[in-house]
Amino acid sequence: MVATAVQTVPAPHTPEPRWRPLENEGWLALVLLLPTLVLLGLFIAYPFVRGILLSVSSSRVGVPGEWVGFANFTRLLSDPIFYMVVRNTVWYTFITTIFKLALGLWLALLLNRNFRFKAFTRAFILLPFIIPTVLSTFAWKWMFDPTFSVLNWFIMKMCQWKVSFFGLFGIEPATSCVVQAQFNWLGDADLAMWAIIIVNIWRGVPFFAISLLAGLQTISPDLAEAAAIDGAKPLQRFWYITWPLLLPVTMVVVLFSVIQTFADFQIVYVMTGGGPANATHLFATYAYQMGVGTGLLSQGAAISLAMFPILFGIVIVQLLYIRRVETR
Amino acid sequence: MANVSIRKIHKHYADFHAVKGVSLEIKDKEFVVLVGPSGCGKTTTLRMVAGLESITEGDILIGNTVVNNLPPMDRDIAMVFQNYALYPHMSVFDNMAFGLKMRKFDKAEIKKRVDNAADILGITDHLTRKPRMLSGGQRQRVALGRAIVRNPQVFLFDEPLSNLDAKLRVQMRVEIKKLHQRLSTTSIYVTHDQIEAMTLGDRVVVMKDGLIQQVGEPLELYNTPANKYVAGFIGSPAMNFANVTIKTENGAVWAESPAMRIRAPERLAARLAAHDGKPAVIGIRPEDLLMANGTSPELTFTAGVEVAEQLGSEILLDLKVGTGAMVASVEPTVRVKPGEAIQLTMNPERMHFFDAKTEAAI
Repeated sequence: MVATAVQTVPAPHTPEPRWRPLENEGWLALVLLLPTLVLLGLFIAYPFVRGILLSVSSSRVGVPGEWVGFANFTRLLSDPIFYMVVRNTVWYTFITTIFKLALGLWLALLLNRNFRFKAFTRAFILLPFIIPTVLSTFAWKWMFDPTFSVLNWFIMKMCQWKVSFFGLFGIEPATSCVVQAQFNWLGDADLAMWAIIIVNIWRGVPFFAISLLAGLQTISPDLAEAAAIDGAKPLQRFWYITWPLLLPVTMVVVLFSVIQTFADFQIVYVMTGGGPANATHLFATYAYQMGVGTGLLSQGAAISLAMFPILFGIVIVQLLYIRRVETR
Repeated sequence: MANVSIRKIHKHYADFHAVKGVSLEIKDKEFVVLVGPSGCGKTTTLRMVAGLESITEGDILIGNTVVNNLPPMDRDIAMVFQNYALYPHMSVFDNMAFGLKMRKFDKAEIKKRVDNAADILGITDHLTRKPRMLSGGQRQRVALGRAIVRNPQVFLFDEPLSNLDAKLRVQMRVEIKKLHQRLSTTSIYVTHDQIEAMTLGDRVVVMKDGLIQQVGEPLELYNTPANKYVAGFIGSPAMNFANVTIKTENGAVWAESPAMRIRAPERLAARLAAHDGKPAVIGIRPEDLLMANGTSPELTFTAGVEVAEQLGSEILLDLKVGTGAMVASVEPTVRVKPGEAIQLTMNPERMHFFDAKTEAAI
């Protein structure tokens, strides 16, 4: 016989869930993003929008100005200094990035080895990066001083040693060492460009070295050992194993560096102020000089915005490349 | 293929003596396993053979060449690493071909060799993939493939299976064994797993604290361990030990402790007599403890059952004997309950005695 009795079972107790907004991903995301949104909005988005508005007006210091469309930009196209600024900035970024990458990689490979005082050396390497740029750049400025600087003094000493060495064989120099060692580092257009390039490299190498060192340390030492057993010589191990594995990190570091260098201001402003005769002006310094120095706010805004499409293009190309490297 | 001769090698790190005069003759085509706990110097020894670690003192010969000062690539060896050490940016094919490319083999030959190795290892379908797209077992196969394509004189294995799960480990163990039977390349294999050592090795080298404890065929180590360390290390579950005192009475030798009084077998009597009145350690493997049937009271002792583990094919009994603990492996038909006191008999043929101080076998 089959029991067919139907019993009324009391409904199970189902407590209402408590209201926990932070357990909800949407709310949590909003709360976590809010500080960043506020900061980015205040310090990036607002100035950017203001910059755009300025660049299409005719504002000057004390004059609110009115809508002029793209007049400020078209004026740039007929400004010979602007062309020089573009050339300078591209050259400055290109040369310094190459040197920073080469020297930084070389340092990172050295620091990745085991030696005594390794931790100390690694900390020491960071010094140029830690010192406030304006302070260290002032020190460099003094080192490049034509009359009192250590650089010219060093060149003079070298010259004097050379003279006394050749003097032993009775060979007399054509000009005196004091005359030979009068390099006007920051007063000569070509030398001034090289001077700021050197300072930028000096300041940027630690960033490359430490970032690439971090990248190197993520590469298992087993791989180099396996390659050594496979018959790869040190240079081949670098080329076939280390370099390809380091490439994604390298590309990100280069990307950061390019952005930073392209918009560099401090070094040039302190060392040369864009001179001599605008020979070392970059986008940022020229925009500053136009906008703040001369008071042509709109013109300055146009110059700094002109940097944007170029930089944007470079960054897009690099990001695409990084993506390709990482998904290999 | 070649024999490998390790002659009194030492390795000193700054203030640590990692390998203390290890000597070992490995015959051509032999598969030798170095086994021991972490820090026993087995991996350091292997790395010295590979050339990845300098030799502080002593000589290593591969064939008839002293290789002490040769870089790894000139030693004609191949190594399989614990974490595979596959080049992550290269395809499986390129990983396997890398060693051949570095040695300037022509393309056709490289392809032939890689295809052949892939065929042996069953990874032909994966040749175009990147290592990260493979499972642990497949990666280990690629690592093996990279080693065999070069057809080196010696294979070195550095704990190649320890990153795999238990089931895969057993499977790969069999494959490595098959591979060795097929290729007959002299192999040195480092592991901390004594089961791997026993199943793979033609000979097994047990190491501890930078010293070789015993070298022998697997069963030799199991049946006649040279000392208490080897006895305890080889075998699972491990050998039982009990501290006893040796007593000679009327020509018979007895091992006594508060919990047991066992008569030592005749074959050991003469040697044990020299230890009369001295402490010693008796060793007996779990499977050599039998349920007593009353025939040999001189080999029988009482134990309290604490836990009975049913494994199906056997029962493992965790026992309390006096103040010590023992494990017995008994027939699956035996019915005992925790808390019960049982009588166990030792198999006299399989009893081991060790000096209490030196721990050497008596």
